[in-house]
Amino acid sequence: MAESYVEHEVSHPALQHHFENLEQQREAGTLGMWVFLVTEMMFFGGMFLAYTLYRSKFPAAFAIASNHLDIKLGAVNTAVLILSSFTMAMAVYSTQVGKLRAQVIYLVLTIVLGLTFLGIKAVEYHEKYVSNLIPGSLIPGHPFNPDPHAMHLTAGVSMQHVQMFYWIYFAMTGMHALHMIIGVGLLSVILYFSVKGRYSPEYHNPVEVTGLYWHFVDIVWIFLFPLLYLLGRHLGGH
Amino acid sequence: MQTSWIPFVPPSASTLSGKVDALYFYLAGVTVFFTLLISGVLTFFVIKYRRRNPYEIPRPVAGSLKLETMWSVIPFIIAMTMFAWGAQIFFQQWRPPTNAVEIYVVGKQWMWKIQHTTGQREINELHVPVGRKIKLIMTTEDVIHDFFIPAFRIKADVVPGRYTTLWFEATKPGRYHLFCAEYCGMNHSGMIGSVVAMDPTAFDDWLSGNSSQQSPAIAGQQIYETLGCASCHGPTGEGGRGPALGGIFGRQVFLNNGQSIKVDEAYIRESIVNPQAKLVAGFGPIMPTFQGQVSEEQLMQILAFIKSLQIQTPEPVRAASSVPAPSAPSVAPAAAATPGTAGR
Amino acid sequence: METFVPPAPSRINYINAQYGLKSWLLTKDHKRIALLYLGSISFFFFIGGVYAMLIRLELLTPQGDLLQSTTYNKVFTQHGIIMVFFFLIPSIPATLGNFLVPMMIGAKDLAFPRINLLSWYLYMLGGIITIYALLAGGVDTGWTFYTPFSTTFSNSYVVATGLGIFISGFSSILTGLNFIVTIHTMRAPGMTWFRLPLFIWSHYATSLVMILGTPVIAITILLLAFERLAHIGIFDPAVGGDPVLFQHLFWFYSHPAVYIMILPSMGVVSELIANFSRKNIFGYSFVAFSSLAIAVFGFLVWGHHLFVSGQSIYAGMIFSFLSFAVAIPSAIKVFNWTATLYKGSISYDTPMLYALGFIGLFTIGGMTGLFLATLAVNVHVTDTYFIVAHFHYIMVGGAMFGYLGGLHYWWPKISGRMYPDGWGRFSALLIFVGFNLTFFPQFVAGYLGMPRRYHAYPPEFQVFNVLSSAGASILAVGYLIPAIYLVWSMRYGKRAEANPWHLPGLEWRTQSPPPTENFDYTPVVTWEAYEFAPREETEVVGKFRDKVPEKA
Repeated sequence: MAESYVEHEVSHPALQHHFENLEQQREAGTLGMWVFLVTEMMFFGGMFLAYTLYRSKFPAAFAIASNHLDIKLGAVNTAVLILSSFTMAMAVYSTQVGKLRAQVIYLVLTIVLGLTFLGIKAVEYHEKYVSNLIPGSLIPGHPFNPDPHAMHLTAGVSMQHVQMFYWIYFAMTGMHALHMIIGVGLLSVILYFSVKGRYSPEYHNPVEVTGLYWHFVDIVWIFLFPLLYLLGRHLGGH
Repeated sequence: MQTSWIPFVPPSASTLSGKVDALYFYLAGVTVFFTLLISGVLTFFVIKYRRRNPYEIPRPVAGSLKLETMWSVIPFIIAMTMFAWGAQIFFQQWRPPTNAVEIYVVGKQWMWKIQHTTGQREINELHVPVGRKIKLIMTTEDVIHDFFIPAFRIKADVVPGRYTTLWFEATKPGRYHLFCAEYCGMNHSGMIGSVVAMDPTAFDDWLSGNSSQQSPAIAGQQIYETLGCASCHGPTGEGGRGPALGGIFGRQVFLNNGQSIKVDEAYIRESIVNPQAKLVAGFGPIMPTFQGQVSEEQLMQILAFIKSLQIQTPEPVRAASSVPAPSAPSVAPAAAATPGTAGR
Repeated sequence: METFVPPAPSRINYINAQYGLKSWLLTKDHKRIALLYLGSISFFFFIGGVYAMLIRLELLTPQGDLLQSTTYNKVFTQHGIIMVFFFLIPSIPATLGNFLVPMMIGAKDLAFPRINLLSWYLYMLGGIITIYALLAGGVDTGWTFYTPFSTTFSNSYVVATGLGIFISGFSSILTGLNFIVTIHTMRAPGMTWFRLPLFIWSHYATSLVMILGTPVIAITILLLAFERLAHIGIFDPAVGGDPVLFQHLFWFYSHPAVYIMILPSMGVVSELIANFSRKNIFGYSFVAFSSLAIAVFGFLVWGHHLFVSGQSIYAGMIFSFLSFAVAIPSAIKVFNWTATLYKGSISYDTPMLYALGFIGLFTIGGMTGLFLATLAVNVHVTDTYFIVAHFHYIMVGGAMFGYLGGLHYWWPKISGRMYPDGWGRFSALLIFVGFNLTFFPQFVAGYLGMPRRYHAYPPEFQVFNVLSSAGASILAVGYLIPAIYLVWSMRYGKRAEANPWHLPGLEWRTQSPPPTENFDYTPVVTWEAYEFAPREETEVVGKFRDKVPEKA
């Protein structure tokens, strides 16, 4: 049994005491975020399963309900998020090469784009509220009761199945929006520490893993948008 | 109620119960064998190789691919025998024979309501003749329950919104436990009764002694008329604005999306509560839903009635003019009504 | 008031390094967090045990005469919820795992110490919310929460309980995440994957299940809660929903969950068998890969809980086949443990007694699982006491025995004290006897047809219930005794040396109790797992030899 004594070099102020060196810390942080994202995939997966099941049971109702969503706002939001992933990637890159000003600017842009997304989402949700499209009795006093004519409900499609679509729509986009809010929060913290100069080419793992999280939230939306907004577009948009 | 000479098993009173027991004894035998083997070897080793010297270090023993293979492959083969035998009996359990006598069962908190096609109704008791194949068509009015007859080694959940079936053929007259075997609330342990298997003559006596009740098919016909089904489907199911129903049970029909489907209990029930789900080709979506207006028992009665309808000579659509005008008040409102949470 | 004078440097360990409530409640030390968990799960075990006593007392007589049926329904529901979510799932990983994973791999702590502490707080928050729900009126849906009873018919605290479980689920996820990252990135120099103790392999496999399965129960509980609160209809057939969908979602997690409960225990048993026979585990790599195989296959078998639910018979066939497949790796482990004893030097210490008990009881529990994988037999025994007996054999005879064995084995390392071994062996025996008397009669009662979750039952089942309740009282005494002497030993037990059992594992190469940073040096590993004697002396059975790496 061999033992060896390892002397600690003058360590980086950001090195946590239980890690041997920054490299190990970085590796652990990145792997940790990836593992966390896998759990998020399983979490959203349950809802995707419910969506798949009920869509195959009620294709007409889902097409009509999807057609009634505002595709313009949805498309704008998609573009906003994709752009925000670009600015996030640029923020990470800037940190890696030590360009502090660019890093801060890109982080701010990402936050602004994220807030834009959430703002547009709020507008959409409000519109649903006004049209009595909030499912079940989630809002007491405002049960699900949309105007069948405005929905262009064709004969044979049950409003209850349309409600099922809206439940899944709110559950999935709501969960996604919650993750966006958390993401904006994380980015604000990263921004704060970036301004204080905490990150550098030697130590920037927190920026990287926040970037991973942000990209994940973006990818979830990229799946949500076609599945929720683009059904039934062959029926003619309005 | 323990009639069998074999201890620790319930009475064996159906055609399949003996088969299930045989498989069970095989499994028990294998379990006892391996338990004794492992614990025996364990005990033997633990005694033979007990530490005699506090400082002894035994020689390490590396693994053995041969042993690993052996004790992976042999258990797997044994497992596959269990799987195959179990699957074989399972298929017999879950493929009801075509010539079975049908009995309708509705579970509800906390009782079993049984309806024979000959009209007898029972609560928490099911009288059946020995030597006949019996098929239960079951559903529930509220939560999931489970119809469990230990003596027949059979059980099946009853699920709201659909029909489930179970079948058996009793072999020995007697009174056997009936239990609800899916937790359903306050009086779950009180939702019990008996299955009474009788010799065919005794069963006939019982039938005639209880014949004053209306058969479900007749009751179903009354509902059919009251709710205005006749206005579109014809008083004897000859069709009109709606598809013909005579002789339809068990046949294939084409739907308007091109698929063909077999008309079974589930399809008929669905067409009453959710008519637009599977529209027959050539007919428009004009049938209203009766969700919330008919109970599960009434649905079964309508089902019994439809099953009893004979095939009609197919008539073209012009036959609609000979159908009497609908009695408007009993026609249900359009499908866009408030979501059907009625009755909860 | 006297000032606190810290002990001399050589006597500083993680327990006395700092005093004060704050130093414990805000600790980042994985060992202290393990003790926090030990206290909490013991508390929940006690509550779950009280519920068990009420059940067994009620079932002494066929009539429902002790409790009202609504109360009884709450008692068995809450027994299940507390025992599954607040005792069994955290038990070994959160106590022994938290304590030992860093030590066994030669690290100073887990990868994310603050997340470790957060996981304890989430567990406590979830537990407190659940206790609130119990005190406010309880929940009566069964721990399985089947719809539509739980969404529409139950008048009990379903959502509050669901919230408690939901929050504690994140505790599970964070623990699993921490273990995976730690095992991947923080092994000491020379600690290759195949030198890892099998305790680490099984905790790695358990962590995979935790991170992949727990999010699914989280979303299931959310859907259940919204269904109940807002009447959406996802499980309501009246609006097109499907009540059986809930069962699929629920069991997709809850079956792998049982592997979360048993895999760590198997890891403990590997340690105990190897170390108390002073031999390497026979077929080390087979045992290691079996843990992974169980974790993976465990996700593919959930439908065996739905054979009579109206599921298609072809789906039933597939799930039955896969359920047989998942049994094989467990069988491989049992055979390898038994073979390890061959030509070993076996001692009869308390931990070994628990390990031997585990092997016997797990064999019975596992083989009765084969009865349940067998389609035709499952139809008869599902929802009867046969099932109850089966899962208690695995969870108590299996998981609990591993937990108690591990607790005793590592007690000197954790507390720095020895427990009285005579009492240890006696209570192990008592628990073994009490356990079998409690649960074996339930197999018989189940096949005879006694359904589960029954408050009152036909009189012909009484004899089995009386035997079972008698066994339960013995079991209760058996559990109480270690609770007493372990606590007693913390103050009055003989002080333990660094390596009281004289074993080669890394955790024994530092003082008992360990210092906060675990080791005073960075270990460099040059030996194989369970290497009691040099490699050259290894006797080869057959033509296969475990990988012999180059000399470091």
